[in-house]
Amino acid sequence: MSFDNVYEALTGDGDARWAFGTGFADPLNGVDTTVPPDVDGADLAAYCLMLGDDALIMSHRLQEWCTNAPDLEEEVALANIGLDLLGQTRLLYARAGHAADTARGEDHYAFFRDAEEFANVRLVELPRGDFGDLIARLLVFATWRLALLQRLIPSRDPVLAAIAAKGVKEVAYHRDHAAQWAVRLGDGTDESHRRMRDGFERIWPLVGELFTAHEVEERLTRSGVAADPAGLRAEFDAVLDQVLTAATLHRPADVPSDPDGRRGRHTDALGPLLAELQSVARAHPEATW
Amino acid sequence: MVTVTTDARAVAETVTDPELPMLTLADLGVLRDVSEEDGRVVVTITPTYSGCPAMDAMRADLIRALRAAGYDEVDVRTTLHPPWTTDWISAEGRRRLAEAGIAPPGAAPRRAEGPIPLALGPTVRTIRCPHCGSADTEETSAFGPTACRALRRCRSCREPFEHVKEI
Repeated sequence: MSFDNVYEALTGDGDARWAFGTGFADPLNGVDTTVPPDVDGADLAAYCLMLGDDALIMSHRLQEWCTNAPDLEEEVALANIGLDLLGQTRLLYARAGHAADTARGEDHYAFFRDAEEFANVRLVELPRGDFGDLIARLLVFATWRLALLQRLIPSRDPVLAAIAAKGVKEVAYHRDHAAQWAVRLGDGTDESHRRMRDGFERIWPLVGELFTAHEVEERLTRSGVAADPAGLRAEFDAVLDQVLTAATLHRPADVPSDPDGRRGRHTDALGPLLAELQSVARAHPEATW
Repeated sequence: MVTVTTDARAVAETVTDPELPMLTLADLGVLRDVSEEDGRVVVTITPTYSGCPAMDAMRADLIRALRAAGYDEVDVRTTLHPPWTTDWISAEGRRRLAEAGIAPPGAAPRRAEGPIPLALGPTVRTIRCPHCGSADTEETSAFGPTACRALRRCRSCREPFEHVKEI
């Protein structure tokens, strides 16, 4: 039986549920999740959590724009980008669970870890800010993540490689979207120029962290599983400069940074975000919804 | 047992996409394989986008259709590689999309080695209006009601329409 629309499907009987809830089928069901023999499963799991946490927290911030975007088309765009990232999160969390050889799956990683166990870069957790902040953050994030995922396509872990290859196609659209807005606003009115510039200036102190490797990333880069974050910088700078020039803006100065987020050291913004994201699952820990 | 597999494939090929019900999963290129192992039917599907929320619904629809045809043991598996591309939508699928007022995709972008270039100018693609056939159409948003659809508008007949964007 198929349904004419999602609402019928939601209210129909059966196992089919949609993009929210807990207890979904393993998104890697049927995929060979054997860890290659000379790859460290614990490191691979930690790395997949890093990339998954980046996507989950960024997705949550994008979802906060639902009912807050400047127009309907933009709201749909941001929700779609958030959904792509949520999908990447699920695959990466599933990969982490299999690689760590624990029974843990996506629900555990998303809903039952505390802030210091999250390994996302801090840039994604910053409070929502205004539309200029959003576009600056989305451009920085998508440009960095696209460069990263593309370098993971030849990863020695075939599951991570497949997740990356799918993600590249999606994040290329995210980067396009943010770049077009950055140019429109930067090269727009005095007010839009000022707010786009302020957005980049506020985000920039956390840009250095994106290119600073954690020990897990260093080890996995040596074994051909991960990509060296420092190696993404040239592509990132070239794309940002292309956009900023067209937007009549300048690249702010870098601030040296440790990989604090990757080590679980976060800004004050992550705790409240997780409190909201995890509230239903923690209030009803045995429930499937 | 070859006949069983062939029949199971024929049944699986009738199942439609939950969000694009004018298309079968086979026409969409999501249905990758149907085989039989140890008396069970094994169906392999691939997500269009990583976050496609319809995967669970597709799985349930496939199991339901195959059970109704007498196949009690059905295992629906996922594959991620190679990643889905709009190039896999069949000619029949493209015809049905257009018939439903959704412009089918052009050829998916070919990625050369090295960094993916960023194009800042307007993307020029000849996407014909599914209502009047005019090529004078413009994109209003790259993101639409589902992950795979963009919004466009026809400058000739002024109708808005959706377009399955190339990926």
